[in-house]
Amino acid sequence: MHKYANPTVFMRLANAVLPWAAGACVLLFAVAIPLALYASPADYQQGDTVRIMYIHVPAAILGEMVYGLMAAASATYLIWRHQLAALIARAAAPIGAIFTALCLITGMLWGQPMWGTFWVWDARLTSMLLLLFLYVGYLALGDAFEDQERGEKAAAVLALVGSVNIPIIIFSVEWWNTLHQGSIFKMNGEGMKVTVSPEMLAPLFTMMGAYVAFFVTILVLRMRIEILNAKIRNARITQAAAPMVATQAAQAR
Amino acid sequence: MAMTRKRRRLYFIGLALLGLCAGTALVLTAFQDNIVFFFSPTEVAAKKPTPSQRLRIGGLVEAGSVQKTGTTVSFVVTDNANTLKVAYTGILPDLFREGQGVVAEGHMGADGTFQAREVLAKHDENYMPREVADALKKSGRWQDGGAPAATEAPSN
Repeated sequence: MHKYANPTVFMRLANAVLPWAAGACVLLFAVAIPLALYASPADYQQGDTVRIMYIHVPAAILGEMVYGLMAAASATYLIWRHQLAALIARAAAPIGAIFTALCLITGMLWGQPMWGTFWVWDARLTSMLLLLFLYVGYLALGDAFEDQERGEKAAAVLALVGSVNIPIIIFSVEWWNTLHQGSIFKMNGEGMKVTVSPEMLAPLFTMMGAYVAFFVTILVLRMRIEILNAKIRNARITQAAAPMVATQAAQAR
Repeated sequence: MAMTRKRRRLYFIGLALLGLCAGTALVLTAFQDNIVFFFSPTEVAAKKPTPSQRLRIGGLVEAGSVQKTGTTVSFVVTDNANTLKVAYTGILPDLFREGQGVVAEGHMGADGTFQAREVLAKHDENYMPREVADALKKSGRWQDGGAPAATEAPSN
């Protein structure tokens, strides 16, 4: 397993995955968008407003999953000091933040006509807003130090501390009563059932797949950029250090 | 055998996370009453809030209880155990319906009627096309406010 901790080995793998992920992303969105926004039936209560769900629910799930990935990568970085893990976490964070923001915005647009309000401070909405703040805090903290490694460590600790929020978001609708509806996935003695009818589940799952493919594509592209950035930084440091060493040598003489 | 630094970091982070989870669980339990978004009619009956206390109540709008006079509307909220009469003046959300979930913010009136300042519709997690809903209603498998077993596998 630790073989893949080598960025060069990992990036060879990631670059091989990239065209497939990008292709799947385009294909799945091409199917999911018309299916979700046009071909699927309207809801018996919400009418066409239900279509917001196809954008909102995958954004929420991805927002949480990406944070989970970021927290796991941060733990790996703190324990085993793999640079690759820090790289993954840093590359994933802004994508997760966008998913979370998209979830909050579409949720508000749905809430106004359905609930009668854009926003309430119930447990689900509040914990989801906290997730967005955690992402923003992570990004800010990572850049707040002169010494890049210190910034990375501080941000990794924040990512780990914030991970307690993930189960709170998921179970908020069961632990407390909220204005937000319960989960569409219900566990009971006989297994799991879904409270969405099959003709609405199809666009939802297609959209979900499209989001995942989109995430993988952007993650690999961002990791490439981060690696290039690190190379540029290292080159600058060597360049800047060269004349300094020369002066020091001259002074010493 | 001496622990390696990696192993020590692993245990340290594991223990710290465990402590953090325990702490969070304690805080959330302690603030239970502040985190819940609304109280059910049963909880309201037990708490007996004074007219000066602002609170949110929630439950299902009892079928046949909605009465409109001008812009003032009154209805009964039920949790299938207790009921609470609510009076409200203003515009109701689109999803406000008999048999559907509702959350109202306001205070208890002297006569025991809840004087709502704001009424929000609570939507449940059941999504289905109109035809499916109609078919369920026709076959008698429909339950107000509960899960109408839309995609549930037959249990027998």
